[in-house]
Formats: sequence, structure tokens, C-alpha cells
Amino acid sequence: MNVMIFLIPVALFMAVVGLCAFFWSLRSGQYEDLDGAAHRVLIPDDEDAPN
Amino acid sequence: MATVALTESGCPSGLAPAADAETRRADPSAFVRRDAHGAETLELLIQGAKCAGCIRKIESGLLALPGITDARLNLSTGRLRVSWSPGAVAPSLITESLARMGYGAAAFDPATAARQVDEEGRKLLRYLAVAGFAAMNIMMFSVPVWSGDGEMGEGTRTLLHWISALIAIPAALYAAQPFFRSAWTALRARRANMDVPISLAVFLTLGISIAETLQQGEHAYFDGITMLLFFLLIGRYLDHKLREQARTAARDLLALQSVTASRIGADGRVVAIGAAEIGVGDTLLLACGDRAPVDGIILEGVSDLDRSMLTGETLPQAVRPGDQIHAGVINLSQRLVIRASARAQDSSVAELARLIEAGEQGRARFVRLAEKAAALYVPVVHSLALATFLGWLLAPALLRFVGFEAADVGFRVALMNAVAVLIITCPCALGLAVPAVQVVATGRLFKRGVLVKSGDALERLAEVDVAVFDKTGTLTLGILRAAASLARISRHPLSRALVEAAGPGLAADSAREIPGEGIAAGDARLGRRTFAAPACLDAEDGAAELWFAQGDAPPVRFAFVDALRIDAAQTVSALQQRGIKVELISGDRPVAVAAAAREAGIDTWVGGASPADKTARLAHLLAQGFKPLMIGDGLNDAAALAAAHASASPGTALEASQAASDLVIQGAALMPLIEAIDVAKMARARALENLRFSALYNVIAAPLAAAGFLTPLIAALAMSGSSLVVTLNALRLQLSWRRA
Repeated sequence: MNVMIFLIPVALFMAVVGLCAFFWSLRSGQYEDLDGAAHRVLIPDDEDAPN
Repeated sequence: MATVALTESGCPSGLAPAADAETRRADPSAFVRRDAHGAETLELLIQGAKCAGCIRKIESGLLALPGITDARLNLSTGRLRVSWSPGAVAPSLITESLARMGYGAAAFDPATAARQVDEEGRKLLRYLAVAGFAAMNIMMFSVPVWSGDGEMGEGTRTLLHWISALIAIPAALYAAQPFFRSAWTALRARRANMDVPISLAVFLTLGISIAETLQQGEHAYFDGITMLLFFLLIGRYLDHKLREQARTAARDLLALQSVTASRIGADGRVVAIGAAEIGVGDTLLLACGDRAPVDGIILEGVSDLDRSMLTGETLPQAVRPGDQIHAGVINLSQRLVIRASARAQDSSVAELARLIEAGEQGRARFVRLAEKAAALYVPVVHSLALATFLGWLLAPALLRFVGFEAADVGFRVALMNAVAVLIITCPCALGLAVPAVQVVATGRLFKRGVLVKSGDALERLAEVDVAVFDKTGTLTLGILRAAASLARISRHPLSRALVEAAGPGLAADSAREIPGEGIAAGDARLGRRTFAAPACLDAEDGAAELWFAQGDAPPVRFAFVDALRIDAAQTVSALQQRGIKVELISGDRPVAVAAAAREAGIDTWVGGASPADKTARLAHLLAQGFKPLMIGDGLNDAAALAAAHASASPGTALEASQAASDLVIQGAALMPLIEAIDVAKMARARALENLRFSALYNVIAAPLAAAGFLTPLIAALAMSGSSLVVTLNALRLQLSWRRA
């Protein structure tokens, strides 16, 4: 069971990374236009579309 | 630039009709702002953008204009943000090119656009993320504890409990803040709301679990408390999202009819300004089809005014220099120059605002379903927890007293079981029961063009048993208002209506228009009775009319009827089928009201009613125990809308009326009102089912907890299970719609 000493911190660290990633996405406004994000995928960017 | 098809108008996928190029051509210059980088920006509300093609068409179309540096369309909110370096682009060019592409665009008031970021929603999402993170990670330690029951050493178990505690304590104290704040506010006001038992449960559970861990005990509820917060925060977030969505949509609707004014400067130049900037004494230009932004005096011009928004009257009122003009009236036939005699916020509506306020106080007495449930719930749960505690503490002594053998269980077990009652009865399902249903219901109505302004509006709508309609502009389209959009190209609205009816033809060359009287060409005259046919002064029937006379032939009379909305009669009969009585109350002349009532199939009607009469009628209905629904659009209806049990207004209604109503129905049809009532009734049924389920769950779970059978595993299963059931039941509303 000694492996827990490594596994627990690793698991918690990964979870904290996930939480931080969520906060970052929240702050960078990725939840402001959910419909638009779904549709923008369809716009081809090989033409000089606005970015 | 990419090849963008600018030839087809509006949404390339055909999901929305192209906007009429003539509408919404107000100059947006008044709304241009400077951003942090010194660029000029303009926020516009776009109508008709629905798909990826629209995004591309609008953004690349605008970027192709010389000088535009950035254009970004938010498809969820329909807002477009355009930036350019100062002075490089004339703002009107942007709206013009959008109109050419087939999209309606209305500029935003900078003050409303500024607070577009939903701070409160973001905060709730952060709490939600922290609670979810904690719940999931603690579960990672709890599952081994439960499944390793008997095999796991006490040391390992305590270690896992301690790690859980390290996550749960800060996470719970952080994520429970909205509940703490609300509970504290309630307690200071000597009231108890649902957040009081929640906050109490958070503190007690954390405390008892820490104590248990310290004593190397078996049962720690760290997983339970974070999961509880996670579910409760979902309910809280949904509730917030619902209100925010309605608020934003309502604000956008108003922005679409955002009032700008044309001020004539001392140098004679005309500048577009926002209505709020108008000062007393300003000289304003009022073009045909424009709505007067403020009260004023007419300086130049002879015209007709549509006062139906103020009085319900369908006949235009002729005005000349020196006459008073009130805010909200629409200028119909000739351009006017007026001098503002009051600022926008002080204009003629002050008295109405007072009436509205009085009406809304009455409505504030309405108790929401969830509040009713909480009022029952809080005392029951608290006394049950207290009874559990005292029972476990005192029962052994009592049993010994009557001669049985019983050992004391101790303070710790008694407290543990009391806390178990508080946790298991914690209103997860109760907190989700109503918001989940309301979110689904309003989302469904929103897609049909009905804006629901609040959750309790749906609850009130489900209860209505009398529908009181206003006539002009609500049950009818309002001929003058419909014609006013045509009047933008000048011409009297009645003659425009005549042209519409006659179809294409030649225009008389020598015709000249005599403002306020009519048109003359040779010996032919078209216009007022006194102008075209002075001999025919027989009794008036009150309809809007035009007379035509040529030479010696007998004059011809054209009567104009304010046409009902296409589905008005259908809506009235649908209401009657649902057991809702329908009444018509209008400020228009009784003849016109009677005709409309007959056509729509309404038996009870009142004509010539003042705003106070309307409010009085609603007060009378309320006093008789009815739950009236008021449907109206004008300023004269605003007070009645606020006083009614529930209220609705069409999207064309004035700002004050929309603000006073619970529902705003977009588009020309009235039938969405029926759907709104049906959905409200279904939502009420679902919410009641959910509340009954939560009650049943508590009736089963609480005695088990009180008896000491509860373990952290059962608590976790029961809480997540009941929340899921409640949410799925709410989603059934969506299912029944898809099938329909």
C-alpha cells in the first residue's frame, strides 16, 4: 500500500490542474458565446477569414 | 477578402428572414465609444444572424470596409462589436452595409452595453467548479473506505479521512458562501429561508466529521457535504442563468426600439443624440414615423399624431405649431420641429410610473412555490433534528426508568444522528425541483419568441382565470402604427393604406398635398371630410375615414378599420376553451371597441377607459378573487399590467409597458400566449411532482437517519439519486415539446 504515498499526490495534482484549466477558460471568456463557438468550427480558415 | 456572397440577403441558410432594408435606420453615432486602446467601438444588436454563414458574412463583410480594424459577432447574444481607428469610418456606414447584407442592426446605449459581463454568473460557476472538484476528489478517498470495510486498517482509514478533510474544509467554506450570505441576511431580518438549514448543515457536518476523524471514527461526511453543495449550486446557477437570460433579452428588445433623437444645433446642423441627452429647450427634428422622445411644443410643421400608445385612440390627432406634443406619440404625416419642454425621464410618464409602482407592490406579495415549500420545510426539519438529538440522549434513561435494561449511548452518537437527519433532509432535490423546471420551460418558450421575465411569472401565469385584453396594438395591429412605418417615406398613413389596397397604378402628376387637409389634383380632392366633401356632414360613426370627390359626382367615403391580428379570434377562443374568461378594455371610442370585441368573439368589453379605469377594473377582478392576466402594449396599459396577477405585452409595446409585464411576445401572432399558458401549467405540474417526490424522499429517509441507520454511503447515494430524478423529470417538459 506504500504506493499510495505517490498516487494520492499525483491524483490530487492532476485534479488541481483541471480546476486551474477551468478557471482559465472561464476568465478568458470561453463561456461567453457557446452558440458562436459551435458554429465557428464550420468556417473554413484557409480563406482569409477574420481571426 | 474571401468570396462572400453579398447578393443573397440575410441568413445564407435561410434560418431567419432578411430584415426589411427600410427599418431601423437610426443614426448610431450617439452610441460610439472609445475603448482602452483609443479605438472607436460600436456595439450593435443584430437581428437575423443564426448560423456560421451569418458570422462569416457579417464579419468579413465589415472587415472589407476600409478602416474597420475588428468585427466580432457573439451568436449567443446577437451582439456585434465593431472597432475602427478614430475618424476612419462613419458609424452610419456600418449600419447601412449591415442593412444591405439583410440584417437589422440597432445601436446600444453605452450604459447598458457596459455591463454585459455577467459577474454574478461567473462567481457561481467558480463556486460550482470548486465544489465539484472537491466532491469528486473526496469520493476518490471515500470509495476505498466504503469498499474496504473490515479489511482496511484504522490508520489508513484515518489518513484518507484527513486528506478528505484537507480538501473539504476550505472547499466547503469557499463554495458555501452564497448560502452563508443569504442565510445571514435572512437571520438579521429575523426570518428563516432555505439557506439557514443549509448553512447549519454545512457547519455541523464539517464539525462532526472533524471530531469523528480526530477520534479515528468510522463515519466522516466530507464527501456528503461537498456533494450537497455541488448539487445545490447547480440549482442556484440555473436559477441565476434563467433570470439573467430574461433580463438580457428584455434589455435587447428595448435597445431595438432605442430612442435616438435628431437635435438641431445653433448652426442649423442636425446631430443624432441619445434620448437621455436631450435637455429642456433643445430643438428637435421629428421625421415621419418617429416617436417623440420627450414632451415638447411644436415650433414648425402641420401633421397628424398617433396617440394610441398613450390613450388607445385609433384616430390621428391633427396638430399645428404651438400645440403640445407628448412623449410616446408617433408623428405620422409631415416632419415637425419641436422644442423639448422636459427631459426624457421626466416626460409625461411620471404619473404612470407612480401607478406602476403601486401595482407592483401588490404583486410582491405573491409567494413563490419554492418559498412555500421552504416555509413548511425549515421548521419540520429543525424540530426533527432536535427531537433525534434529545431522543437518543434521553431515551436510555427513560427506558431504565420504566424498568428496561438500557445503556447510555452518549452525547456523540446523539449528535451524530441529529446531524445525519440534517444532511439527509438537506434540500438538494428541493433546491433543484423548481429552478430546473423553470429553466426548461422558459428555454422552450424563448425559442418560440416568448420572453419570460422571471420564474415566478410562470407560476402566476399558470393560475390565471381571466384574460383582459387592450385593443389597439394588442388585439389589433393598430392601422396607424402599421402605416407609420410606411410614413417614414412620408405621405399620410391613410393614403398609404389606400395605395396598399388599390395595388400598383399611376401617380397623378399635378397633385399637391395640403398638410392636415388632403390632396388636390384638378377638380379631384382626396382628404378630410371638411376638405373633400363639405356637403356630406351627416352623423359620424367614428371610424378613420378619407373622402374622395371629383367634379359633381357624389363623394366616395373610404372607412378604415383597425384590423385584428390574424390569430386574435383564434387566441380568444383558445383561451375560452381553457376556461379563461376574456374581456376587452380599451381607451378607444366605444364604437370601435364594440366592433373589435364582436369580431374577436369577446362578450365583455369596455370602451373609453382611462388608465385609472383599467387599473380599477383589475383591482375589482382581484378583489373578487379572480387571477387576471392583462395583455396590453401602450403607456395607458402600463399601470394595469403592473397591477394584474400576470401580464403580457407584444414586442412592439412601449418600454414602460414591457418593463411592467411578465411576458413579452415577439412577432405579429398572439397564439404564443396560449403556448405560454400551456407550458406554464405543465411547468407547474412538473414542479409540484418534484416537490412531492422530494417530500416522499424525506419521509422515507429522515426516519432512517433519526433511527441511526444512515451511513455516509447511503447519504451520498440518496442525495445524488434524488437530484437526478428531479432533473430528469424537469427535462420531460422538453420531451413533450419535441413530440408535439
